[in-house]
Parts: sequence; structure tokens; C-alpha cells
Amino acid sequence: MIRLSLKKTLLGSLGKFDLEIDLTIQDNEFFAIYGKSGSGKTTILRMIAGLEKPEEGFISFNRIVYFDSNKKIHLPPQRRNVGFVFQNYALFPHMTVLENLEYAAENHRKKQIKELLELLDLYQLKDRYPNALSGGQQQRVALARALVRNPKILLLDEPLSALDPYTRTRLQDEITKIHRYYGLTTILVSHDKPEVFKLSNRVLILEDGKISKLGKPHEIFLNKRTSGKYSFIGTIIDIKTTDIIQIITIETKGEIIEVVSSENNFSIGDQVLVSSKAFSPIIIKI
Amino acid sequence: MEKIFTNVDFTPFFLSLKLAFFTTILLLFISIPISYFLAFSKFRFKVFLEAFISLPLVLPPTVLGFYLLILLSKNGILGNLWEKLFENPLIFRFEGILIASLVFSLPFMVHPLTAGFRSVNKNLIEASYTLGKSKLTTLFKIIIPNIKHSFITGIVLTFIHTVGEFGVVLMVGGSIEGETKVISISIYDAVESLDYTTAHIYAGILLIFSFLILVFVYLPNK
Repeated sequence: MIRLSLKKTLLGSLGKFDLEIDLTIQDNEFFAIYGKSGSGKTTILRMIAGLEKPEEGFISFNRIVYFDSNKKIHLPPQRRNVGFVFQNYALFPHMTVLENLEYAAENHRKKQIKELLELLDLYQLKDRYPNALSGGQQQRVALARALVRNPKILLLDEPLSALDPYTRTRLQDEITKIHRYYGLTTILVSHDKPEVFKLSNRVLILEDGKISKLGKPHEIFLNKRTSGKYSFIGTIIDIKTTDIIQIITIETKGEIIEVVSSENNFSIGDQVLVSSKAFSPIIIKI
Repeated sequence: MEKIFTNVDFTPFFLSLKLAFFTTILLLFISIPISYFLAFSKFRFKVFLEAFISLPLVLPPTVLGFYLLILLSKNGILGNLWEKLFENPLIFRFEGILIASLVFSLPFMVHPLTAGFRSVNKNLIEASYTLGKSKLTTLFKIIIPNIKHSFITGIVLTFIHTVGEFGVVLMVGGSIEGETKVISISIYDAVESLDYTTAHIYAGILLIFSFLILVFVYLPNK
């Protein structure tokens, strides 16, 4: 269980604002922090990792106190059981994939490294340098490297924001797999609704440093709960208005579908949930 | 032509190389902690340290030489201590001009290294910390290997500048054959005694040598 109580004055694009968060995250939870850039999302992750210090507050993981402003406790990042994946990957450019992992491992836990390389489909690439890898591959190396030390907490700072939709979907699946396989408590920072929706068990919406909403992604992102048996999230890329209906083209995970709607409050770029009732989806054997 | 070269004493040239070699090696070790501090510390008064280190860039060599002379002389703090420890004076000795070189070449090593340390992507350093690595391990395994070019620049600048220094060495070391008479001073001596042949050869060597080193530095940038 992670307990957080954080206070710090941050400098945003519109001036100073206060980050004020009180939060408990359960073991094995996949927790997402969603919000606009500059709302303080990354700062929360950095505080948990020990890379930044709250002005006031408390951070603990199970019974270990990471930070306590009253008792003047501030464990350095080296002593926190945390794996951190940076937005820009932060791979060491002068080391190969294998060397990046070996650097992270204590006493070169070879077996663990091999397992991770295979789990993340990196074994063929182990002797390459980071600049010879694609974005998705670099991301997987960063993920593997963060896991070498067997952390209990995995912190992901917009890990997939620079990737194409296909790679993104694949990596989302791998992150889910790893989260379960290693029994991690994962905290994901993201400004991508479908991603948060797909991956997390619980989501916090951060606005100007304060919690504006907290709950299950379904409750948070959908105003009315659908009883749909089948649903996915997509982005509207085109709207054609005919006499009384609209034909809406929606892109989801690299696929494009057309949906008919009689409501006309949609606009291009909106993120929407496409769902259907129990009997309406038609499946055809291929 | 052959006769000219056999008559010329190359000792000053080798003395300059020896001085530059030791100055560079020692400054490399001295400058790493100083530059690290300047680049990463949030200490409020570090600007004073920065200014102090840069003084040799702006002070006339005679001013620097004068203060060093006082510091290194028998009655100076450093000269006195040295004599008690090694029973030898510092003034007019190789050790003396070496200490003087360390001072006047310090900014040529510290500046490139500090700039290098500042240029390292902070996330690399933070990633190393979250992977459980100490600051020292991070410095030697992550930071330094990523700023090799800054080290090469610092080493080359320090080396060339030490070979070329004149005023400070003259003030502290004088012109003792085989001990402190480095190549720049030999050129001065040769000209003063109207021995233009020797002056030409020394100056020519220094010119070509400096030029080749700079070519070597700029080569990888192409």
C-alpha cells in the first residue's frame, strides 16, 4: 500500500499553483494519473521515486517511510524500491541493451536479465546500442531496465506518448502482462484517455495540482454508465452529415470504422466510447 | 641544415612537454570534483569560486606570477611548508613552475568539464539513481563516458596553454637550464642574445606542434 500526502508549490505556465494530494494506492493496483500537461502529474511520480522533495507531507510504501517532513525523513532514490520509466526513456547511450540491464542489476543477475529480455522480446537486440533501436524497442528496454532490480512499485511517466498507434497498443498489452506477472503496484501518468481506460483499475484526474475526480475509469470518463457488453474507445476523425443522421468515422487502434448516429453534438477529435447491447454485435467467422 | 639541428639544444622543448604532461594529468584529477561541484551544487556562493578559478584568464601573467612568487617563496605559506617537508625550495625549481602551471591552467580544464557536466541529460543521472547507483558510480559509469568530448577539449587546451605560457613561469622559475627553462623562455633568451637561428627553430617547432594539436581536436567534428 502506498500512502501519499504531498504539498508543494509548483510553477506552471500560468503562474504558481499548489500541488496538494492525499491518496492511498493499494497493492497490485494499476493506478493512473490523468491530466493536462503542467498539472503536476510527473511531479507526483518524481516525489514517489525520491527525485523531488515535497515541501510538506508524507510518503510511505507498506511499512517503509520514504518521506516524512515532520520527522525529516527523505530516503534517497537509491533506497526506494521503485522502478521508473522516463518519458524520454533515458537509456544510457554508451551501453548496449544488455549493458543497460547489467548496469541496473546487482551482482549481474544473469537469469533475471535473460528472462526479461525474452519476456519483452528483446533478446535479438541485446547487443545493439539505444540509438539503433526504434522508439517502441527503446521503450521496452527502458521497461526491462526498470524491472531488473525487482521493484515492487513501477512508475511510468507518459511511457507511450511518442509511439505510433500500433506499437502503442502492443506495448499497452505488454505493460499489462508485466504488471500481473510481477505482481506490481503500477502508477501510470498519461494524458491519453483510451490508454488510461484500457490499462488502469483506478484513475485520478489532476487539475492544477488538486484531485478533481478519483474512481474507476468507467465511472470517471463516462457520464452515464452503459450496460454495453462490448465497448472500445476511439477518436472521431471525420463526420459526414446527411439529412437527419451523421456518419461518424472513428479510429481505434489503427482500425477505422464508421458508425451512424442521430445525435449531432460530436466534433472531430472527440474521444468516444463505441458500445453495443448484448444482441446487436454481429460476428462472422473469417 | 643538419649542422644547425645538431647544435640546437632540445632540452627546453622536452622540459615544456614534461611540464605540460604533469600539469594536464594533475589538473584532470583536481578539476573533476571542482567542475562537478560547479555544475551540480546549489550552493549560493559558488559564483565566487567560479570567479576565482577564472582569474588566471583575465589577470596579467605578471600579476599572477607575482602573487605565486610570494606564495611559493621561502617565506610564503606554500614555499615554507614545502621546504620543511622536502628540504628543497620551490622557487626556480621544476616543482615550483608545476604548481604555478596548475594555477594558471586551471580554468582551461575546469571550464570545459563544467560545461560538459551541465550538458548531460538529467534523466540519465536520475535513471541511474533510481537503479540504486550512488553518485560516485553514476559519475564514473554514466556521466563521464557521455562527455568524452569535454574531457578531450579540457586536456588539449590545458596542454597547449601550459606549453605556451611565458610570464608566470618566468616570474616563478626564472630561466634555469634543464630545470625551468622551458621552450617559450628559451625563445625569449635566444632573441635577447640575437641568436635568431635557435629562436627560429624553437618558434617553428612550437607553431607546428600547436597547429597539429588543434587539427587533431577539430578533426572528429568534421
